[in-house]
Amino acid sequence: MLAYLAGVPLLGLAGCDGGRAFSFSGDLLNPNYSVAHRLRDGWRPPPPEGDPGGRRVVIVGGGIAGLAAAWQLSRRGVEDFVVLELEDRPGGTAISGQDGEFRFPWGAHYIPAPMKENRDLVALLEEMDVIVGRTTDGEPVVGEAFLCRDPSERLCVDGRWHYGLYPDQDATESDLRQLERFQQKMIELAHGRDDRGRRLFAIPMATGSDSAKVRALDRQSMAQWMTDNGFDSPRLRWLADYACRDDYGLTLEQTSAWAGLFYFTSRIPAEGTESQPVITWPEGNGRVVRHLAEHCGDRLIGGQTVVKVQNQGEGVRVEAVDNAMLASVAYVADRVIFAAPQFVAPHVVADWNASGRSINSFHYGGWVVANLRLSQRPSERLTEMCWDNVFFDSRSLGYVTSTHQVGLDHGPTVITWYQPLLDDDPRVSRAELMRLDWSDWARVIVSDLRKGHPDIESLIERLEVMRWGHAMIQPRVGFVFGAEREQAAKPIGRVHFAGTDLSGIALLEEAFSRGVSAANAVVQADPKSRA
Amino acid sequence: MIHRAPNYLLYLNVLVIATCGLIYELLAGTLASYLLGDSVTQFSLIIGVYLSALGVGSWISRYVETRVARTFIEVEIALALLGGLSAPILFVAFAHIAWFRILLFGSVFAIGILVGLELPLLMRILRDHLDFRELVARVLTFDYVGALVASILFPILLVPRLGLVRTSLLFGLLNAVVGLWGTYLLRPLLSQRGLAGLRGRAFLVMGILVVCFIKADTLTLWTEEAILQTPIVYTKQSPFQRIVVTEDRGAFQLHLNGHLQFNSRDEYRYHEALVHPAMTAMVDPRRILVLGGGDGLAVREILRYPSVESVTLVDLDPAMTGLADAFPPLAELSGHALSDPRVTVINRDAFVWIDESDQTFDAVIVDFPDPGSYSVGKLYTTRFFNLLRQRLSDQAVISVQCTSPLVAPQSYWCILNTLRAAGYDALPYHAAVPTFGVWGFALASTRPLKLSADGGPELASALPQGLRFLNRSNLASLFQLPVDVQPVETLPNRLNDQVLVRYYDQEWRSGG
Ligand SMILES: Cc1cc2nc3c(=O)[nH]c(=O)nc-3n(C[C@H](O)[C@H](O)[C@H](O)COP(=O)(O)OP(=O)(O)OC[C@H]3O[C@@H](n4cnc5c(N)ncnc54)[C@H](O)[C@@H]3O)c2cc1C
Repeated sequence: MLAYLAGVPLLGLAGCDGGRAFSFSGDLLNPNYSVAHRLRDGWRPPPPEGDPGGRRVVIVGGGIAGLAAAWQLSRRGVEDFVVLELEDRPGGTAISGQDGEFRFPWGAHYIPAPMKENRDLVALLEEMDVIVGRTTDGEPVVGEAFLCRDPSERLCVDGRWHYGLYPDQDATESDLRQLERFQQKMIELAHGRDDRGRRLFAIPMATGSDSAKVRALDRQSMAQWMTDNGFDSPRLRWLADYACRDDYGLTLEQTSAWAGLFYFTSRIPAEGTESQPVITWPEGNGRVVRHLAEHCGDRLIGGQTVVKVQNQGEGVRVEAVDNAMLASVAYVADRVIFAAPQFVAPHVVADWNASGRSINSFHYGGWVVANLRLSQRPSERLTEMCWDNVFFDSRSLGYVTSTHQVGLDHGPTVITWYQPLLDDDPRVSRAELMRLDWSDWARVIVSDLRKGHPDIESLIERLEVMRWGHAMIQPRVGFVFGAEREQAAKPIGRVHFAGTDLSGIALLEEAFSRGVSAANAVVQADPKSRA
Repeated sequence: MIHRAPNYLLYLNVLVIATCGLIYELLAGTLASYLLGDSVTQFSLIIGVYLSALGVGSWISRYVETRVARTFIEVEIALALLGGLSAPILFVAFAHIAWFRILLFGSVFAIGILVGLELPLLMRILRDHLDFRELVARVLTFDYVGALVASILFPILLVPRLGLVRTSLLFGLLNAVVGLWGTYLLRPLLSQRGLAGLRGRAFLVMGILVVCFIKADTLTLWTEEAILQTPIVYTKQSPFQRIVVTEDRGAFQLHLNGHLQFNSRDEYRYHEALVHPAMTAMVDPRRILVLGGGDGLAVREILRYPSVESVTLVDLDPAMTGLADAFPPLAELSGHALSDPRVTVINRDAFVWIDESDQTFDAVIVDFPDPGSYSVGKLYTTRFFNLLRQRLSDQAVISVQCTSPLVAPQSYWCILNTLRAAGYDALPYHAAVPTFGVWGFALASTRPLKLSADGGPELASALPQGLRFLNRSNLASLFQLPVDVQPVETLPNRLNDQVLVRYYDQEWRSGG
């Protein structure tokens, strides 16, 4: 408890494992919720001193959505803004870490190469020199250094690694026929258009179809959809279940069929049959965060928890608590872009309750992410280490190798291990997250990795565990096309909302597009405001 | 009664036991000298440990007071398991554990004790049934005959035909058979109690050994065993690869992870062909970069040019660039090239170094291993060649070793096409190296390469003195491609789609 109050990440009691000590140690981390918990427990921050700072726009939250909003404001000529971020560093669920020469992700770690229609994201990646040209038909060309290096993924079944994610060992004729039929079906859905000419599934999702047929998909689970369509091959269902766990932190049964199909179809180009290649960096999407944050400069202020956002006449009053000094700061802004997750909004936005909204259907899953520093690579027999390394018989999603994209294939490395908690009630997951200590997680992680690397334990030098309580919005059945989500995206007075959760799925593209749209809305609302 | 068993069966037993015993010793000795190098030391150590363990075993036999026959059978089963699995376990363990020597000598000692127990026990079993004088004479005779059989079979038949792992498993099986057979042969001396268990265990051990025997091919180190045909004179397991030097008819050969890299007899052909076309393509090359080539042999060729001011050699493995120090014949062969004051050695993955460095070079000699894995394949991608471009001075020329255009035409042309896709002008050329056959190279530059009238590249400077393979006119002939080495269409090798590794795998697996 003391550790929570002090706002420092909890240090794990390293090395204890029910009597069996590990030869390595590490920290148990979590997002900083000290101020949030104090507020919940009745604490009230001191009133702000001095005159409130005037700004044209205050952005609440420095995740991808908030940073994208700032970036877009600049592009539209609005430079008078601040981004207030609760953590000391920006990024939200796309933060990354560094240990000596190694950079590694703590959350989001890749983006599929955007297609030309996703103009703003293409512009950002051009600015970052990640997109280096265009094909004759205008499709972006991604620099070779940023496309996930071959071999990209492998699967461990019964202790044996194989390249690729489909568990094809001992697959029957019928398994393979279903796989092919499934792929055909996905291409068909990707190429399909509704009667207004929109893609059925597009990125950003708001540009895709919302026809009755598409909305209906959200009312059944992906598992049900597969059954209804004759996809009963256990191998294929494993692959689809893995995809849902990987992208949404949900099982096949929990995921809305709309979201499941979105995953498989939205990245297939209009003329193509293959999903777009993956862009990645050693630190994952932390690279995008760094670029956007550099652009903000000192207009990005860390360690500021926004505790109040209130429409007041011709402006909005924003109050924030400086986490370090526990002093309050106030701003008066023409407009606010609220780019923190929706579950925060009822506690912070003053007019939220009066707006008649509800967020009962917004569920955020718990995730555990661990970074392991290895003194050496595990010994390999049938394959080489890939970027993404997955275990068939596991609740985890496996691990990504941070040095893969750098091209370092020998010696020490850092690997990042992921596991979503799949409970039907995310509150149960969060309780479990908080209950387990460092050595519990160390045991879980080591025994998981041992499935594919019998020698792993002797190679671990450090193991750090991040507990994400509200890691990502979950596209459960009925959520994406439910009324609450559509309502949440609308402004309250001069407060505009951004954040990936407004899309119902947690993706950089969605967070980015929500941020950009909110900035556009702000600029359009009062184009001639003071600059 | 045991009397009823024909005598020759009993002696056959002794023969088998004796053969097995010596085979385990030979296996351990061979394995140790193979894995650890320095065969004289390894063999004497193994023999010493083994003989002393035999003594310990014989001595221990006096404490077996009752149930001698049962103990004998137990010993056979234990020996079957321990001896039979010794080679596979040691091979696998070598790659994975740090205390390999402890395991090696521990297992040799344990096997020695068990073998040492065998004969005293057997003689005690037989003594009631044979005249003592007769017994000693016969048993010892068959013991020595067994040793002779083993020592002849081992080098002539077993190692070349079966390899170490299967030999070990086979003789383990024989021990198990003797144990199982004993439960019938010595039946009158055994109590009924536990007999079934004894047989069950014998069958279990036989089962394990048979399964291992069938699966032995999947043991990764199998491939390395192939090179055992020639004596090993140096070996080292670095974190990156297994370095083995063998000696054959007065020449030595370097193997990395079981792949032959060069033979000292004809490596000059390879290295002259690799280095001189690039070095002579410009006037007075001064700063030279060598990628791979940690043996220093390419550097030897480079240092023949008086204009050379500095040579930077980037090779992943310190054990490779230090090989000349550890194995003096290589230092001599390379003319002590890596100790030359002009040479700087950098141990780093070239893929990473090339991006970190800010130097530029007049000539680059790319001498990586063949693209048999993705971690090497990345060094032949458009990405890599694009990074390399930033390390090139204006007039720079590079040469690249490109595997065999005969065995692996797709791989060979893929590398050329990759260079072209990365914006280089690339010329294919080849040389005959007896150890490898026809070998392929590429000469490339970011500017158009000038050709002379004879079809070869224009020589801007003269070839240096002292070459054994190349002169002016046959250098040009390297660039005339034979009819069976003609361009093949391939995709370029990209970092996110390493077709080269797949071409290579297919071609060498089917053709190599
Ligand atoms: C483990 C994991 C892996 C993922 N992998 C991928 C991936 O590979 N690819 C991908 O595209 N997406 C991935 N995602 C999803 C991706 O991280 C998100 O979609 C995206 O980054 C969300 O950005 P956001 O700005 O909407 O929200 P967040 O990242 O949640 O940012 C919200 C920010 O608001 C701040 N904040 C909250 N309350 C306050 C307050 N009161 N005052 C001030 N600031 C506040 C938070 O500290 C945070 O920085 C992953 C997510 C997780 C958890």
